[in-house]
Amino acid sequence: MENKVIKLTTPLTRDQILELNAGDVVYLTGNIYTARDAAHRRIQDNIENNRPQPLDLENQIIFYVGPTPAKPGKVIGSAAPTTSVRMDKYVEMTLKLGVLGMIGKGERADYVTDLYKKYGGVYFLSIGGASAMIGNQIKENEIVAYEDLGTESIKRFYVEDMRLIVGIDSKGKSFFEEQVEKYKIVD
Amino acid sequence: MSRLMTTEELIPVIAKLCMDACYHLSDNVKKALADAYEKEESPYGRDTLKLLIENAEMASKEEMPVCHDTGMTVVMMEIGQDITWEGMPLEDAVNEGVRKGYVEGYLRKSVYLDPLDRVNSNDNTPCVLHTDIVPGDKVKIFVMPKGGGSENMGGYTNLVPADGVEGVKKFILDTVFAAGGKACPPIVVGVGIGGTMDKTTLIAKQALLRPIGDRHPKKFYADLEEELLEEINKSGIGPLGMGGRMTALDVHIEYYPCHITALPVAVNIQCHSVRQASIKL
Repeated sequence: MENKVIKLTTPLTRDQILELNAGDVVYLTGNIYTARDAAHRRIQDNIENNRPQPLDLENQIIFYVGPTPAKPGKVIGSAAPTTSVRMDKYVEMTLKLGVLGMIGKGERADYVTDLYKKYGGVYFLSIGGASAMIGNQIKENEIVAYEDLGTESIKRFYVEDMRLIVGIDSKGKSFFEEQVEKYKIVD
Repeated sequence: MSRLMTTEELIPVIAKLCMDACYHLSDNVKKALADAYEKEESPYGRDTLKLLIENAEMASKEEMPVCHDTGMTVVMMEIGQDITWEGMPLEDAVNEGVRKGYVEGYLRKSVYLDPLDRVNSNDNTPCVLHTDIVPGDKVKIFVMPKGGGSENMGGYTNLVPADGVEGVKKFILDTVFAAGGKACPPIVVGVGIGGTMDKTTLIAKQALLRPIGDRHPKKFYADLEEELLEEINKSGIGPLGMGGRMTALDVHIEYYPCHITALPVAVNIQCHSVRQASIKL
């Protein structure tokens, strides 16, 4: 593989994020926070109504995920990224709160690439559907906020060597575009 | 000759089918993923497929959901017309089975009771139930937990007859390309052509029940399936949209007679984690 393989541990710094390039393979260890449609909606409501956020998101990484419930004796059930495009309209809000990167799956709208460039953030790709494997990489699972949202609550996950690919880097390069072009066959 | 069945006996059967579908990919699907891995040329694509294959093995061994999105549950039943049912309403028994499967199986509860009010039902019910009355005295049950990622990327259109087969191909390809990586390729594409709106979309979903690799019995449609599969795999979209040759595992078309003015087409996309379980009672 052409791109770099990098091991990172949270808390990440802006400099580390700015050094990443689309296509880099990152093995991430440390604390990340989960949020998807419903939690982002609540974060937005907090801003609109001048209420404090349930946690400080500065320099954090968000994982777009809604896991299955844990069997007795297990930390968590199955977990893998959900389709990121649904959270596109919340990207600017989240980057403004200081989030350095989001983990998800699938392409995002073009304006989102521009936002990552503007705010110096990255979009990480995890593997859609590799949920048993990724679930087993989550060593701690703690509800931080919005327990009533069930699978969509904000949780802290401690992950070990979670394999990620940089999907969009802070220079505005998209991994998808580059790779699809490479493997496209035009008659 | 009438066969007596109670609806209650369906409850544990459906519960087990929900769990089986979510934990264990079929041999047919596992083989298709293994074949895709052999054919894939992109290193990222090969890595992705390898991890998906390992994931499926891990999930099966540990009895964990292969994918965390254990979906909205689609249940299709072929009910022999010689059967007489006793007991609770059939649909209630089916939903009780889904409830039992999703609670006892630690599957995700992913159903909102109202699409605009959006409050979780907390037990993954109601399911979507389709029943067909068929000759005989057997019951065939198919359970298909349908995840949102792929389901949300499907489409339906009313072409005009003048659009012809070229128009049909264009709609199918446009729908699949717009989905890109969001439907978790390599996908299986179900297509319905003909019928009225309700039938077009139903047969598109039923098309997904056909084993990967099986062609339509009518040559015209078999050829069209292969042509579309080849076109889709030329797109470069690849596993999870990260570039590659394996964007689709198969294309299945079902057709139904239609109105003389009509050419309706439905596309129902299935992700790489084809979760299906069935039984004949």
